[in-house]
Amino acid sequence: MNAATPVETLSFEDALGELEGIVKTLETGQTKLEDSIGQYERGIALKNHCEKKLREAQAKIEKITVGSDGSVSTAPLDPPQ
Amino acid sequence: MTDLFEFKNNNETNNAAPPKSNVPEFSVGDLALSLKRTLEENFGHVRVRGELSRVSIAGSGHMYTSLKDDQALIDAVCWKGVLNRLSVRPEEGLEVIVTGKISSYPKSSKYQLVIESMELAGEGALLKMLEERKKKLAAEGLFDQGRKKRLPFVPNVIGVVTSPTGAVIRDILHRLQDRFPRHVIVWPVLVQGTGAAEQVARAIEGFDSLPDNGPITKPDLIIVARGGGSLEDLMPFNEEIVARAIATCKTPIISAVGHETDTTLADYAADYRAPTPTAAAEVAVPHRRDLMAQILDDKKRLLNGLNRLLNESRHKLEAQGARLGDPSRLLENKVQNTDFLGQKLEQVFKNFIQTKDAQLQRTAARITHPRHQIDQANQRLQNWSDQLLKTRTRLTEKKLDQLNSYARLLDSLSYEKILKRGYVVVRDTNDKPISDPNAISDAQDLQLEFADNKRVHVQSQ
Repeated sequence: MNAATPVETLSFEDALGELEGIVKTLETGQTKLEDSIGQYERGIALKNHCEKKLREAQAKIEKITVGSDGSVSTAPLDPPQ
Repeated sequence: MTDLFEFKNNNETNNAAPPKSNVPEFSVGDLALSLKRTLEENFGHVRVRGELSRVSIAGSGHMYTSLKDDQALIDAVCWKGVLNRLSVRPEEGLEVIVTGKISSYPKSSKYQLVIESMELAGEGALLKMLEERKKKLAAEGLFDQGRKKRLPFVPNVIGVVTSPTGAVIRDILHRLQDRFPRHVIVWPVLVQGTGAAEQVARAIEGFDSLPDNGPITKPDLIIVARGGGSLEDLMPFNEEIVARAIATCKTPIISAVGHETDTTLADYAADYRAPTPTAAAEVAVPHRRDLMAQILDDKKRLLNGLNRLLNESRHKLEAQGARLGDPSRLLENKVQNTDFLGQKLEQVFKNFIQTKDAQLQRTAARITHPRHQIDQANQRLQNWSDQLLKTRTRLTEKKLDQLNSYARLLDSLSYEKILKRGYVVVRDTNDKPISDPNAISDAQDLQLEFADNKRVHVQSQ
């Protein structure tokens, strides 16, 4: 994973994957001390990013409507009870 | 009996035919039309079971085929408008029950079955058809594992192709809400009956062809779902058009058709087959709570990892520092070494001196003072002179004794001694000793000498 990729642009999955990678690397203790601090900081940033993504999760439910000319549009769908 | 009788009657009538005038004369066209009418009147609505044979769709869109069984064969036609509405896609070898009417085409007077609807002849036939279709599509590689796309870990937008009403969409939405609420776009379709397959296929293609940055957010995951039903109900999801739409769709697709035991061709073509719509929602999104927990855990591990690394580094540093040693200690060691060597040097030197001294002593002992030598010489001289003196005495004494013995011997041997023992010396007048008695004459004078020189003269007679 490219450490230079800004955390904000990462997908949840990539961020989580990188976070896991950093955690594992740190846990093996093979990292150089200076690197480990950088990794920790990035890990925390990734963790915050993931949490934000999870908090943002909200339902929005729409329905496709196909017009007579074949064009499609959406309208809110009331979930069936 | 009646049949027999009538048969006889007919025979008689036929036999009585020869006079031709009684039989009306038709034109070919009249007869053909009459036949057509008769056929359509008597066979205006029939259900025929048979196997489809020689299926072909002409450029006009009409389908020409035949229905056959092991005894006979009837040509059949299905007009374009009807063909599109059929719930069964006609295929070669398909066992069907066809509803329609018998008609004839006057230009050739060939009769044919005009198909109005078609259904599969029983479940066995249906399954057989599905099996063959499945083989065909599998041979094309539509179900290859290599085609399966990976589902997104957390999709941003989920497109659902299903009926907008009913339990299926409700189950999916509820489960999504429980696990990980997402933006859902429903593409409403008929899920069974005529036209359902086309709608489903079009919805899949519709979702897949949405522009990336259009007014409608393009789903990054599609769920094709339908509740349970009979095999016939699920048929749209067995249609080639649906299977192909799913297989060629570039967006990952989860299929959830029917119950767990139902597997449709749509399921085979999909990237993931969920047993139920609820399960599809579970596969579509991870559990947000689990992710939260995982992230919390990751955070903890991150902190622990860093702490441990720091601790380990500190310990390593301390260990290395300890191994580096105290400089004063190093010095002490050196001093001790020096002391030790110094002592050793001293000892060795002392030993050396002692050895040399002993050597000197030994050598010196062998050197004597001249005086001592003189003393010794004197001593020797003294000794020798003493010795000599002793020798001299011994020598003189010896000689004296000898002399004495000789003297005594001489003394004892002297004639005087003999005289003393009574002997006399006879001598002539001239004093000459006479030892020979014969030499003595009677007339001669003799002298006798006795001891102590006493002499007596003896005269002749």
